[in-house]
Amino acid sequence: MSAPLLEVDGLRKHYGRRIGCAEVSFTLWPGEVMGIVGESGSGKSTLLSCLAGHLASDGGQILYRDRSGHAHAVANLSEAGRRRLAREEWAYVHQNPRDGLRMGVSAGGNVGEPLMARGQRHFGDIRAAALDWLERVEIAQDRIDDVPRDFSGGMQQRLQIARSLVNGPRLVFMDEPTGGLDVSVQARLLDLLRGLVRDLGLSAVIVTHDLAVVRLLADRLMVMQGGYVVESGLTDQVLDDPQHAYTQLLVSSVLQV
Amino acid sequence: MSGYNFAYLDEQTKRMIRRALLKAVAIPGYQVPFASREMPMPYGWGTGGVQVTAACLVPEDTLKVIDQGADDTTNAVSIRAFFARVADIATTEHTRDASVIQTRHRIPEAPLREDQILVFQVPIPEPLRFLEPRETETRKMHALEEYGLMHVRLYEDIARHGEIAKSYAYPVRVEGRYVMDPSPIPKFDNPKLDDCPALQLFGAGREQRIYALPPYTRVESLDFEDYPFKASRPDHPCALCGARDSYLDEVVIDDAGGRMFVCSDTDYCNDRRAAGHRGEMAAPFEEMPE
Repeated sequence: MSAPLLEVDGLRKHYGRRIGCAEVSFTLWPGEVMGIVGESGSGKSTLLSCLAGHLASDGGQILYRDRSGHAHAVANLSEAGRRRLAREEWAYVHQNPRDGLRMGVSAGGNVGEPLMARGQRHFGDIRAAALDWLERVEIAQDRIDDVPRDFSGGMQQRLQIARSLVNGPRLVFMDEPTGGLDVSVQARLLDLLRGLVRDLGLSAVIVTHDLAVVRLLADRLMVMQGGYVVESGLTDQVLDDPQHAYTQLLVSSVLQV
Repeated sequence: MSGYNFAYLDEQTKRMIRRALLKAVAIPGYQVPFASREMPMPYGWGTGGVQVTAACLVPEDTLKVIDQGADDTTNAVSIRAFFARVADIATTEHTRDASVIQTRHRIPEAPLREDQILVFQVPIPEPLRFLEPRETETRKMHALEEYGLMHVRLYEDIARHGEIAKSYAYPVRVEGRYVMDPSPIPKFDNPKLDDCPALQLFGAGREQRIYALPPYTRVESLDFEDYPFKASRPDHPCALCGARDSYLDEVVIDDAGGRMFVCSDTDYCNDRRAAGHRGEMAAPFEEMPE
């Protein structure tokens, strides 16, 4: 077995006297998908932002091992180093596609930008890659020159996913990737994500409040409450046999139709 | 000298601008902030260029001012008159006679020399401005050489128009490092930036930025491998002097679709006509100035 991709030890983040998240430790292995669930304000988005280096943590350590096997302490990275990882090794899927897309730039330009950022200078190749990715996320190829502003919410989210994955990242951070979408669109998006994650062998950290999402996508699960991880384990194990009172409440609150 | 300090600005201000200029020359293409002063003209009329010119002038200088290539338009005439009055220096309309040339939107057709300074008036110094509105972010992008976004703009052009349609303010890369907006010169002039013997200075008054290209700097226009940069000009000869190698202005001459193309560089056109070249709409007999 290869070395772990991401090692988090005793991660802590305070907002003044309030706790953002505390005592978070876990290890993510290559090809593994970690789900983080919890109610609003439980610290799951704070945790994700710390992991991706968007927020400076107040304590603990995050170690990321890159393609060449070199381990980086994310907290100590320079701006340039963090941006290099974000550009070449990671991808971040925002809850709101507006945060991850350039709304005034065509779909092709959006998907092509990460390629151009890495120095691709051949228009034909960039366009071919963009067309290929639009097809993979089920966007009609004749929409390549339309701007995301004219897309539906579900299409925007799929476009954002294409843009994040075009560079072949090793680790994907997803913040509520299905939030704000209606259930049928959610189901298709989940299907698509599951296919991509399995095909590409991606590692991912997915933050969501939707248990269905983690059931489908995540191998392992962490349940957060009040900034602390209250339970963690294999997804099916946690969901089928919840031990902590809060997890039991969470699982039993899912609406059955 | 009409009660003004030489070249209008006080010595401390000129010194501050010269320090910014030195830094700009030391880091080609890098935008150096400077404390731009209020000038007796509106923003957009060349307040940045005028300040740079004022900081560079010495009493022995001969100044030429052009606006869109022309020596005889309002902007050019008034800035030339301004410096003739507040600096008491010689002025000229001939590129070859000038030691300092202030320009808006053109580089003269006549080749420049090592003993000349070309001062550009710059409205918007930031090439990434309309792609990334945050100034904090664009500075980071320059610092970290993250210029992928610049190519997104060119990509969009090709996707929409089938070619890079940007015809002016075409972004360039300086010495393989900084991406720079060459002020809104037509892309026809971009190749003249490269390996130019003259010192090229850029001043943006409202935006408070100065940048520079030292002599013989490598300046490349951005492009794609399969869509290389092309310097374009209208496919006509000049109607007055017949030149086929100069940048042309299109002039509408009636309300029935009539138009003529003439050299935008008036000095170049005059010289050619004085040397006997004739375009198809040239006057049969013409008395040339001087």
